[in-house]
Amino acid sequence: MPEQHLGNEGMIWMFTQMVRIREFEEAVKRAFIEHPGAIRGHAHLGDGAEASIVGTLSTRNKNDYVMPSYRCHGYPIVLGTPMTGMMAEIFGRKDGICKGFGGSMHLADPARHFPGTSGIIGQSIAHATGAALTAQVKKTGQIVYCFFGDGASKQGAFFESVNMAAVWKLPIVYVLENNQYQAYTRVGLEDANCMAGDPLSKKAEAFSIPGETVDGTDPVAVSGVVRKAAERARAGHGPSLIETRFYRLSAHGNVITVPPLPTQFPEHEAIAVYGNKAEFQQWKEKDPVAQFRARLIREDILADADVAGIEKVARTEVEDAVKFGLASPFPDPQEASNYVFA
Amino acid sequence: MAREMMYADAIAAAITEEMQRDANVIFYGQNMGMTERDPMLKKFGKDRVRLAPISETAETGIAIGAALTGLRPIVELWMSEFMLVAFNQVINEAPRLRYMSGGQVKVPVVFKAGFGFAAGWAGQHSNCIYHTMMGIPGLKVAVPSTPADAKGLMASAIRDDNPVVYLHHYMLTLEKGPVPEGELIIPFGVADIKRAGTDVTLVATAWMVKKALAAAEQLAAEGISAEVIDPRTLAPLDVPTILNSVKKTGRLVLVDQAPRHSSAAVVIAGEVAERGFEHLKAPIKLVTALDTPVPYSEPMEKYILPDEGKIVAAVKTVLTGQTVAA
Repeated sequence: MPEQHLGNEGMIWMFTQMVRIREFEEAVKRAFIEHPGAIRGHAHLGDGAEASIVGTLSTRNKNDYVMPSYRCHGYPIVLGTPMTGMMAEIFGRKDGICKGFGGSMHLADPARHFPGTSGIIGQSIAHATGAALTAQVKKTGQIVYCFFGDGASKQGAFFESVNMAAVWKLPIVYVLENNQYQAYTRVGLEDANCMAGDPLSKKAEAFSIPGETVDGTDPVAVSGVVRKAAERARAGHGPSLIETRFYRLSAHGNVITVPPLPTQFPEHEAIAVYGNKAEFQQWKEKDPVAQFRARLIREDILADADVAGIEKVARTEVEDAVKFGLASPFPDPQEASNYVFA
Repeated sequence: MAREMMYADAIAAAITEEMQRDANVIFYGQNMGMTERDPMLKKFGKDRVRLAPISETAETGIAIGAALTGLRPIVELWMSEFMLVAFNQVINEAPRLRYMSGGQVKVPVVFKAGFGFAAGWAGQHSNCIYHTMMGIPGLKVAVPSTPADAKGLMASAIRDDNPVVYLHHYMLTLEKGPVPEGELIIPFGVADIKRAGTDVTLVATAWMVKKALAAAEQLAAEGISAEVIDPRTLAPLDVPTILNSVKKTGRLVLVDQAPRHSSAAVVIAGEVAERGFEHLKAPIKLVTALDTPVPYSEPMEKYILPDEGKIVAAVKTVLTGQTVAA
C-alpha cells in the first residue's frame, strides 16, 4: 500500500507541499488584480495539479532531476526553491532566481536539480531526456522526472524523445499531466487515443514501455504508481509513461493582451469557450487539496487545528514572497548584456 | 612541425583528441556506431559513442539537456538542412537557456553538419543556410576552409561552453593541407589572411576561399594584388580584420556560396558600409549564388554558383569602375 511507504509523516509532507503550491498560485493570480502591471507576458498556473506534482515528487531521491514545462511554479516549490526568489522572478526583479532574465515561464534552479524549462510546448521533453543521458553516462544513479501536458504529447519531440529513451534505456519517468485541456482546446478534440476511448498512457505501447493512468487528484495513488516507474528507472530498465488525470482549475494563462491593455486570468475555457459550467463544477468538487485535507482529517492523521496551522504558515510564506518581490528593485537595464555567452 | 592531413581526417582527429582529453565529451548521431567495428566506438565505448534514430528534434534537444547537466555532446547531424527539422532546438532553445536562467546554466553542445554539397545533391541537400544561425545571440558558427582550420576550430568548438554550429564544407572533404602536430586550438572570432595583397580585399568562406585564392592567382598574373581574408567563424565575426584590410586596399569584393540575401557577404557588406565607408574607393561588390534553389543538372548547378571567372570579373569591376563581365 502506498500509504505504508509514505507513513503519516509522508502524508503530512505531501499535504503541506500541496497547500504551499495552491497558496502560491492563487497569489500569482491575485497579483494581476491587486498589482496590475507587476506580471508581464504570460503566466501559467498549476492549481489543480498539486496531487500530480507532489505525489510524483514524493518518490524522488535527493539528487534526481525535475524537469517540467513552462507551467513550472509548483515543482521548485516542492524542491525548496525560495518563494521569495520565485515571486521576484515572476515580477521581473533583480532578486529573482533568474535575475529577471526569464520570468514565469522560465524559472530555473539548477543547484536543486531543476535546470530550466522551455516555453515551446513539448521541447523540454527532449531536454529532460538529455539529463537522463547524463545520469546514465556518468553513472550517478540519478533519475529524471519529466513533466509535460496532454498537449505536448502530440508534439514530435515527445515521440522522438520517448523512443530514444526506450532505445537507450534511459533513467527517466515521463509524467504526462493530462489536465484535460491544451491551451483552449479540449483533449478529446485533438488526441486519437482519447477519441477512441483509450487513456493517453496507451501511447506507451508505441514504444513497448510500461504505461499507466492514475487518478491525478489523489497524491497517494500518484505516489504509488510513480514509485514503480521510478524504481524501474533506477534499476536501469528504462522509461515509463505515467498519465496523471486531473483538471486545471484556472484558465490556461492570463489573457493575451497587447499593451497598454491590462491582463488578468479569465474564466476557465470550459466556461468561456465551451459554455460547460457543469464540467468545471464537477472537477472543482474533486479539488485535490480539499480532498486530501478531508482525508487526513477523516483518517486522524491531522486534526483541524493542525491543518489550519499548515495553511496559515503557507499563506504567510506566500505573502512574504509577494512583499519581497514587490520590494525588489528592477535590474539595471545594462544587465541585459550579461549571460549571452558563457 | 606540420603534417599533411585530409580535411575530414583533421576534423575526426580533433574529435578523437578532445574525447581522449575530456571524459564528458560524447558523440552521437544517425548512422554511426552501428557495429563494434566502428573505430570511435572501439576507442570510447557505447556510453560515449552512440547511434541515434532519425530524430533530429530529440537528437539536438537531448544534447541540450545533457549539456545543461554536465556533458559536452557533439551531435553528428550530417547535413545542415537536417538541422532545419529541429530548428527550434538549434535557434530558440540552445542559445537562450543560459540567458533566461540569468547565467545559472550553460549549454556546451556542438551541432556538426556538412553543407554546400554542390555535386548533384540538388535542391535540398546542397544549401548554405548559415545566415539563419549567424546573428542569433548566444550561438556560434564555424565554417573552416582548410584542414588546419577545421581541426583547430573543432577543438575550440568542443571546449567552448556555448552552443556551436560547426559547418564543414562537403566539397573540401578530401582537401589536403598542412596541420601542426599536437594540440591545435584556433579561437573563434579571428579571421585569417590567407593571402596578403594590396589592391583589393577579397573575403570568402569555406569552399569559396579556394575559388578566391585561384582568382587571386589569376589576377596576380595580370599585375593585380588581391588580399584574401577567410573569417573562419561567422559568429563571432571578425569585422576589424576586414576593416583593416579595406583601409589598406580601399576596395572590397565578397564571395559567398549562398544566395544574396542569405549570404554572410551581405552582412559583412553592411558592416563595412557602416564602419569603413571613408576607406572605400569603390562600391562594395558581392559575388553570390543566384536567387534560385540548387538545380540537379551539372551545367545549371555550375551556372548559379560563384566561380573564379565571376570573382575575377568582380575585382576588375571595382578596380576600373566599369562593369566587367565574367
